[in-house]
Parts: sequence; structure tokens; C-alpha cells
Amino acid sequence: MKRILVCGELKDNRITSVSKELITTGKKLRSILNQSLDLLLIGGNGESTAEKAGHLGVNRVLTVINPEYPELHPERIAGIMTVVCQQFEPLIILLGQTDLGRDVAPRLAARLGGSVCLDCVDLAYDKENKTLLQTKPVYGGNALAQWASTGTSPHVVTMRPRSHQQAEPDPSLRAEIIPLTVEIDETEIHSRLVKTIHQQDKGIKLDEAKVIIAGGGGIGGNEGFGLIQELADVLGAAVGITRVPSDENWMPKSLEIGQTGHVVSPNLYIAVGISGAPQHLAGCANSKILVAINKDPQAPIFDTADMGIVGDYREVLPALIEKLKALKE
Amino acid sequence: MNIIVCIKQIQDPEIPASKFRLDADGTKVIPPEGIPPVINPYDEQAVELAIRIKEQHGGKITILTVGDNSASRAVKHALAIGADEGIILDYPAFEDSDSFSTAHILSRAIQKIGEFDLILCGRQAADWDEGLVGTILSEKLVLPLITLAESVDFSEGQWHVKRVILDGYQVFSVPPPAVLTVSHELGPPRLPSGWGIITSSKKEIPIWDAKMIGPETARTGSRAPRKKLVKLYIPNRERKCEKIEGEKPVEAAGKLAQKMKEAGVL
Repeated sequence: MKRILVCGELKDNRITSVSKELITTGKKLRSILNQSLDLLLIGGNGESTAEKAGHLGVNRVLTVINPEYPELHPERIAGIMTVVCQQFEPLIILLGQTDLGRDVAPRLAARLGGSVCLDCVDLAYDKENKTLLQTKPVYGGNALAQWASTGTSPHVVTMRPRSHQQAEPDPSLRAEIIPLTVEIDETEIHSRLVKTIHQQDKGIKLDEAKVIIAGGGGIGGNEGFGLIQELADVLGAAVGITRVPSDENWMPKSLEIGQTGHVVSPNLYIAVGISGAPQHLAGCANSKILVAINKDPQAPIFDTADMGIVGDYREVLPALIEKLKALKE
Repeated sequence: MNIIVCIKQIQDPEIPASKFRLDADGTKVIPPEGIPPVINPYDEQAVELAIRIKEQHGGKITILTVGDNSASRAVKHALAIGADEGIILDYPAFEDSDSFSTAHILSRAIQKIGEFDLILCGRQAADWDEGLVGTILSEKLVLPLITLAESVDFSEGQWHVKRVILDGYQVFSVPPPAVLTVSHELGPPRLPSGWGIITSSKKEIPIWDAKMIGPETARTGSRAPRKKLVKLYIPNRERKCEKIEGEKPVEAAGKLAQKMKEAGVL
């Protein structure tokens, strides 16, 4: 069989935006392969979640309801997914490059004897050669690599968030719902989840923000982020950071944007004191308008920006904040 | 505590993007001239974590790498900052190994080493950014795995691992021996001491070949890839940048604010 299986994720019983993007990717592959596109949902409140997911245009929704399983226990989830994949034998398994997906995908590939490629931004199927073509950033985003699957299926892939549009619900669409009971051998689960802590960053969430003000190594320390926050408050924006402020503990790591952090695509992204390393651009290159403020006219960030000011942020930001406040009134 | 750290030597990932080059066919990365290869920074942090554990609990740190003789550079760096032993796994049939082959070779070497409490790998290598070897290794050795570790404690016979997630963290407990992949949130690794550099430079680094670790050669090197590289290319992220200028920053900022208003972001 050449089925495509999307391993969806739920948050508060709702299917996540990344999962909806995976369905878009899955539909693209379905149109080439002419095979069933299935969505696997683990947890959630079963029926109603599955029915809603059916509006997204998948053929079947496979639901596994084991309420005692915590949401983010990769070893358990991998165990469940392995059983489901052995039963349904998909050709392609799609997951998000998320806290769960990036952990579970290689486990699945190793157990099922298939191939695996993490953090893809594009997928295509070459019907003639029967290979899955997988495009992913390599060398910290300096290059893109296209890989062709060669060995046996399944081909397990994680997709970078925001690399595709989300599938839109259409209430006229229905999917067949298949409830599954999956028993896994508890003696084979070695890791015990003690706790999961979600840090509540104050203010607007990065993944939902329309405007983001991001600060990099050029900010020089924690104090400078006061100005970044002030500008963010004026614009109703979220604050983001690059690796340097995270590694130097100037700001919480949960605000990091880039290859190893959030991937965002706001309407406006203001990069302040950010040189523009590929690892950071990986997380913000899809922003609609990118503005750079940097005192180094040679900073590579200006090559990927739509607008730029060469200047010290300590002088530019106070003036910008004042002017914006005046314009708002 | 006996800790095994799997490392990889790679092209220096900190080179400016302008020095990053591909060959004309788009099939290879051309190493930058005059810039020596380095230990993968994520693996260096795995070595750092091993040293922190050793400082608390004592024990021995063994470095493993699949590569040729030139990889001794990365191994010696790990020794210079505090690892005890290094072994290079080198054999013609190991060349061009993908993540599955590499994990297979490492698993055989680890079985030969025998006794250990923890295996550490960097979360990914900063060249191909695959992030696979540590996980596949744990599957081959049938050992518990926690990915993206930021810190780890040992008490009451268990490893207690802080795992990084996008908006916070998790804590898992696993019994030894276990495999951890290490994330950069751990913080910067220590620098080598003068004494470390001297002792590591004199240290013999044994090479183990296929005869010594007995991998299934059908599963190593270029014989066993599960995917093959079709092409490499440099993404075009260039945008036309309108430089907003002014006599003083205040003036430029004023113009930018006006443009933002026109763009409707206020």
C-alpha cells in the first residue's frame, strides 16, 4: 500500500497548526500517489476531535484514546505509533519538527526499518523512480539538500513548522473515523515522566504574533532588552531573541527564534542588533516585512531585509518609540 | 560513572556565510581554505556534560568517533578539556556511512567496551543537521533514550534528566545505562587547560577497525544508505533592502515609523 499517514498533535483537544500544515503536505502527496491520506490522533476527547479533523480533508482519522498517557512522553507515543504503523503499513509517515516529532521520528524509522529525514521544508514524490524527494536545510541553513529515499519504506519525515499553509476546514468534508485500542507493553517503557513545565512568558506568544521585535548579540546585555520590550509594547508585538541572548542568559531560552527555536512568519519582523546568521534566518526568513536595525552596515541581515537603518539601537529605538507613540494618537 | 561520548569532527560551522561554498555540480560542500575542522559544537557540549557528571560522581569518559586519522584533532580537543580516553573507528568500509551505518558501527564498538552507565551524543551535527545517530544508537542497543538534555543528576539509582522543550522543560527519570542527546541550553563548554593540551597531545588514540568490532559490513558505509543526496544548493533569501537614512538616527527612525504606519502595522 502507498498510504500517507499524518501523525497529528493535539493541544487542549484541538489539532495544532503544525498538524494542519502536515495535512496540506499530505494532500499534495496524495494527489500524486492516489492513495488514502490518514490522520492519526493520539489522546484528545475522541469523537468530536476526530469529526472536526475530518473537515480538514483527510480520508480517515485513526484515533487512539488512552487517557492515562501524558501528551508529551515520546517513548510511549513512539510505542503507540509503531503499533499503528505496523497495522496500517503507510508508505510515508509525516510528523512535525516539534518537541514530539523530532524525537519520535527516528525511533519509528529504526523500528520499522525505513528511512528518516528531519526538518524538511518541501516534499515531492518521483513516481517514475518511486522515490520520495525530501528537501531540508543543512549546514545551519547555509544550504538546502534534496535527498531521495532509496531503501525500504516507510519513509518517516518531519516537516519544519510554517513551511506549508494550514489545511482549511470545510464542514462538507467527512472522514471515516477508525477508533483503535493500542496496548503497549509497559515493561518496555523505561523512562518515567516526572513533570512537564510550560513557562508562561508574559505578553504575546511568538507563534501567534503579527509583529515581532527580536534582539540579538548586538543588544549587549539584559538591560538593552528594556528598549526592545518598550517598542514591542507600543506595537502590540512579541519579543524574540537569537542564540546569543539565550546562551548568555540575558533572556529566557523559550524566546529563541531560529533553527533550534521557534519558526515564525509574522507580518512585520524587526531584527535589532542581529547579524543575520543562517541559523537565525531559518526561523524568520518567511516574515512578510523584515526590518533590520544594526550599527554594522556590512551585517548580512541587510541582505535579507526589506528596510534597514544603519545605526546604534540605543539611539534609533527611543526615537522610533516616540514617533510611533505620536503617530498612534 | 563510565560515560561514553560519541563525537564527530566537522567543518567549522562558525565560518561566515560568505565563505560557504558548494562544488559546481551541487553535490559537495567545499571545505573553507585555511580553516581547520572542529569538534561538532553540540558534541563538545556533550563532552562538557560528561565532565560535569565526572566532577560530581567520579568515573571515566571515553570518546568515540567514526572517522579517519584526521579526526584525532577533535578527539584530542575532547581529551584536552577533560575526557580520559579516545578511540577512532576507522576502516575503508566505514566511509560514507549514513546515520544508520554510523549508529551500527558505534553500537559494535560500545558492545566491545562493555561496561558503561551513560552514552552521550550531541543533539545533531552542525554539518548535515540530521539529529539521528543518538536515537538510532539507543534503538540498536535497546537502551532508554532521552533527547535534548540540558542537565542531568544521578540519585537513587536513576538518571534524572532535564529535557528542553520549546516553551519550557520536562524532567524524566531513567535507569542506567541510558542514552542522552545533549542540547545547547547546557551552556558553553570549558576551554582546554595548558596541562590538558600537553597531556592530550601526547596521548595515543587507538584505532579500532572492522576486525576488532565486527560490524555487519553490509550495514556500513556506502553499501547501506537509506537515502541518497540528489543535490545541494544555496537558498536565495535575498531581499531588496531599502536603507532608511537621515542626518541623525532620530530622523531615520521617524521615517521608519511613518513607513510602518503606511504599511498598516500600527
